[in-house]
Parts: sequence; C-alpha cells; structure tokens
Amino acid sequence: MERFSQRHPVWTAIIAVAAAFALWLIFAVWPDWLIDLVGRKKIFLNALFNGVTLGALYFLVASGFTLIFGLMRNVNLAHGSLYLFGGYVGYEVATLTGQWLLAFPAAFFFTAILGTLMQTLVFQRMEGEELRQTLVTIGISIVFADLLLWIWGGDFYNIGLPGWLSGPMDTFFITSISRRTGEFIFLKYPMVRIVILAASIVVGVGMWLLLNRTRVGMIIRAGVDDRDMLASTGVRIQLVFVGVFAFGAGLAGVAGVVGGSFQSLAPGEDIRFLLASLVVVIVGGMGSIPGAALGALIIGTAEQFGSVYFPTYAVVLTFVIMVVVLAFRPQGLMGRA
Amino acid sequence: MASIDTHADGLTSQSWVERIPAHYYFIAIALISMPVFAGDFILFQIFGWTFILGVISLSLMFLAGYGGMVSLAQMTIAGLAGYMVAIFGNSAIDTISQGWPWYVAIPLALLIAVLFGTIVGWLAVRTDGIYTIMITLAIASAFFYFTRQNYVIFNGYSGFNGVLPPQLFGIDWRHPVAFYYLTLFWAVAAYCSVVYISRAPFGLALQGVRDNARRMAALGYNVTAHRVAAYAFAALLAGIGGILLTWQSGQISPGTAGIGPAIDILVIAVIGGLRHPVGPFIGAFIYVLLKTFAVDVLLSLGLAGERFQLLIGLGFLIIVFWSPDGLLGLWERFRSSRSRDPLTGRNGGGREL
Repeated sequence: MERFSQRHPVWTAIIAVAAAFALWLIFAVWPDWLIDLVGRKKIFLNALFNGVTLGALYFLVASGFTLIFGLMRNVNLAHGSLYLFGGYVGYEVATLTGQWLLAFPAAFFFTAILGTLMQTLVFQRMEGEELRQTLVTIGISIVFADLLLWIWGGDFYNIGLPGWLSGPMDTFFITSISRRTGEFIFLKYPMVRIVILAASIVVGVGMWLLLNRTRVGMIIRAGVDDRDMLASTGVRIQLVFVGVFAFGAGLAGVAGVVGGSFQSLAPGEDIRFLLASLVVVIVGGMGSIPGAALGALIIGTAEQFGSVYFPTYAVVLTFVIMVVVLAFRPQGLMGRA
Repeated sequence: MASIDTHADGLTSQSWVERIPAHYYFIAIALISMPVFAGDFILFQIFGWTFILGVISLSLMFLAGYGGMVSLAQMTIAGLAGYMVAIFGNSAIDTISQGWPWYVAIPLALLIAVLFGTIVGWLAVRTDGIYTIMITLAIASAFFYFTRQNYVIFNGYSGFNGVLPPQLFGIDWRHPVAFYYLTLFWAVAAYCSVVYISRAPFGLALQGVRDNARRMAALGYNVTAHRVAAYAFAALLAGIGGILLTWQSGQISPGTAGIGPAIDILVIAVIGGLRHPVGPFIGAFIYVLLKTFAVDVLLSLGLAGERFQLLIGLGFLIIVFWSPDGLLGLWERFRSSRSRDPLTGRNGGGREL
C-alpha cells in the first residue's frame, strides 16, 4: 500500500477523498439538500448493506472459481451448476433433519465429492488442453442443468431459517433524527444477512491465512506460479489439483446453501451465479483471492445501488464496470500483468 | 526445377470447372434440386434453419478455427442485426419500427452489426485464450438483459413480431421454396467467402497469428489489427445469419439471443468441427434434426420429451471428450485408419480432405 501511494500520489488522493466521502455518507446525519437530491438515507443504507451482503455471497461463489482457475487454468463453466446442486442438497438435508446448520457441511461434502469426480474422471485426462476443458465444462453444465431440473423440477425452493436468525437486528447506523422527539433513529437490518456477511469474512480471512501461512498454501501458491517446476520438486501435484478442485466446488456448494437461505433456488440460478462469478473474477483479476473479494464487493454494491437508483439498467451497470476495467486494466484490478 | 514448372502448368491448364472436386458437383445438384422432392416443412424448417444456424456458426468457426478466438458473442451480433432490421424496417410494433425501405434498413443493420462486432472484438482481443470465452459470454448476457429491460428501442420482453422479408421482384421470400433458395444462396456465399479468405494473405496471416502471435508480431504484422478485422468479418457473417433468422421466425425477442442460444452456436460449431468451413453446416444439420425430432423419438421410446437438452448435452460432451475436432475429425480419423497399410502401418494413397 505504501508503494502504491508513492507511485500513484494522485490516485491515492482521489481514493482517500472518495473513501472519506463514503464514510461521511454512511455515518453522518444527512442534510436536507442531500435528501432532496438522492432520497432518504435509509434507502441508501439499505442498498449499501444489501450490496455488501450480496457481494459476500458472490465472493463465496467466485473464490472457488478463481482458485480453480489460478491453479489449474481451468475455466470451470459448470461452477454455477455446483452452486445450484449444493443449494438443493442443503435444502434436502435442512428439511430432513430440521437443522439449518447441518445443511452447510452436507452441501460442502457432496459438492466436494462431485468436484473430485469431475477432476479425476474428466479433467485429469485432458491436462493442459485449456480450450477443450472449457468446452467440456460447458457440456457438463448443460447436462447438470437438465438433471437438476429432472430431479427437483422447476419450482422455487427456499431453505427455512432457524428462529434465532430470522427477524431484524438493531445496528448502530443512524438513518435520521426523529422530528418529534429529536432522538436518533437507527437502522434495522435482517439478522441473517449480517451473519452471512460475517461468515464470508471469516471464510475469506481463513482462506487468506491458509494460502499465506501454511505449507499447503505455500504449495498451492507455488503451483499458481509455475506448476511444472513444482511438480519436478517432488510434490504430488495431481493430489493438490484434486484437493483444490474439491475445495473450490465445496465452497460453491456452501454458497448454494447461503443463496438458498436468503434468496431462492430455481433453474436458471446456476447461469446467474456463473455469470456473476465470471464478472467478479474478470473485474477483480483471475486467480487472485483478494481480487475476488474486491470484485465481489464492487459488483454486489453496484447491482444493488443500480436496482435502487436506476432500476431499468441495473443489470447493465455491472457489465459497464466490467468493460471499463477490461479497457483500462485487462488483467483485472488485482491481477498480475 | 523444370518438372515443377510443368506441374504448375498442368494445374493452370485445367479450367476452373475441372479443378473443383467431383463431390462438390453432386452436393450442388442435390441442394439445387431439393425443392423437387422435399416438402415445404423440410425446405423451410429443416434446411432453411440449418443454413441460417450454419452461417452463424460459420462466423464462430472462422474466428475459432483460423483465429484461435472462441467467441460466444456471435449469436448476440446476429440478434442485434435482427433487431436492427426490425427497428429500421417493418414490424407489427409500428410505434418503434421506422418502416424504412429494405435497401436502407438491411445495409444499416449489417453496418451496425459489424460495428458492434468490431467493438466486441476490440474488447475481447485485449485478453486471449480462455479469457475470450468468458468476456464474450459476459457481453452476450449483458445484451440479453439489456434488450429485456429496454422498452424504448428494443421493446423489452416481447421484442418484435411480424418482421417479414421484403417483396422483391414480386416474389414472396418467405414462401418455403423462395426462402430455401435465399438461405442456400447466403450459406454458399458465406462458405465460399470463408474458404477464399482462409487462403488469401489476410487469412494466412490470421492463421499465423493463431499459431504464434509473437513471431507474427516480430515479422511486422499488426496482431491486434488482424484479430479485430477477423471479428469484423465474422460479425458480417453473423449479421447476415441473424437477419435471415429473424425473417424465418418472423419475430425477434431477447430469448433469440439469450445465453442458451449463444452456447448452442458453440455446440453446433464444435459438433461439426472447427477445422473446415463445412463443419458448422454439418453440426447445424444434426442440431436441427435433433431439435425437431428428438422429442418425438424420446416420447416413442417411452422417455419424457423434455429430456431433449440432456441428449444434446451428452452428445456434445461425448464428441468433445473423444474427438476434439468434431464429426469432421472422426471422419478424418476413420479415413486414415482405412487407408493405413496393415503391414507397414504407414498411410498410403489417402487423399487429403
């Protein structure tokens, strides 16, 4: 960060001013002219929070995608199918046992097994042929989409939340001052979204620690840089590949449970989340976990602010961001050139 | 040296009629005389659709086979051209359609499609390889969502219906026989232009860029310009296909250029084979046959008709898994195994495809 500020003093100043302005928008009581200009602060805060929590969900999906790509150069276009599969498994387990928390390990386990099968049965046989692998993942996603439709039908599924998670929670963000009593009015926000945000931050930090502080992480990082050299030092690289693929797939499955809890599961969601993770990793930089976090945050908030302030073109806004990033920084914000 | 000269003379002394292989004449006669023995449904739905999808897939095959760039945005470009014809020409939505004559609307639509394709190409060539797939997929879905939300220009979810070809020379071009010849003409024109370009200096340079971009850059070729130009040419083909597609179904809506159709175009090109321009047409023919009759076959076998997508997906998977060059690759492998001498194991007497 210090090097960045030394090399780009102007950009640093612009980012600092923007961050200060954003903090002021979040914490200050808005003056009347601002309310006249953009609407009430409660709407703004809600959009911001929805965006950040949606970004958390996108991060869960995209981090597995970007990890798999970074190590194996495999653009897994069946990643959305893994997400939907995990969501359905989580739904079945949650309704069978009545335990919402059990859905997570179950979804992780079953999608990880599916990912292991995909890596060992399919991708290991076409190692190094990136285009062919990508085409195969397209075929797999077509087949999976139809199989899932066959088993679970076209209905909407929603994973029921336990009692302690449903309902709103008081936060310390001021929305306005009551005109009658002069007291501060604080924002109420759904508990489940805050828990999910916290959980994804834990997952993200955990992944960062795993990658940067452990021996396994060291092997994976070395594989991202030069997998041939790593293989020649005696590491059993196929085992690492299977492990990373299973872990990335499992993350997608967990994200499916999360998505099924605060949104819904239906055919077509697989493509939606595949596209979301594509855009997130293109914006953030392929193969970079911090990039996935930054990209998810940007895309999530852009989508929510877009749907609040200019609803017609909300979807297009995310793609405009992608095009701008591609035009000026093709490797992504955090990607290496 | 002398022998080479006479050999070259021998080639040029043949007239161009003799230099075209015999099977081309058989196919040409079969295709031209098709309306004599085929019904309206086969002409319009099977062959008309095959040629249209073939032209759109051909644009992808040109990019992927000669340029090494797999673009999923070709269906989007086709859809844009269809939309432009509906907007500038005539449709049932007369509040938006301008109703301009065809000689203005069609060139304008193609021009816009080519411009759009060039912009897509300019964006996509900033990265390469598998990134191209992701970026073009993202562009395709952006177009789909944009047209679905935009009511001012693209008429939102319902799109345009009643988009009909012009009544040129007093012929109803949507009549099955006329439409068959119309699509056949454009399919042949697209095929020939791709074959021609692949042997022209531009096409050879493009294939050089595909094989080794750095070396071509070192030789003084502008790699980016060649790639973007390839996108522009492919956009022209896709635009022609898109206009024909709009005329065939008489309507255009966001679903025409959605994510599913974009992937279908890739499936068609890969099933047929990306090595030779005839591949997309073979792939399109199989796809159209499956799409038209698979439901009946599945039902008659006692299976649910909705499992059509599963069939397509499995077929695609099998072909990509065992023969990366599609059906053309299978055919080539079969020929070379047939012509192999069982004693020496060498290839003998096999003609190059």
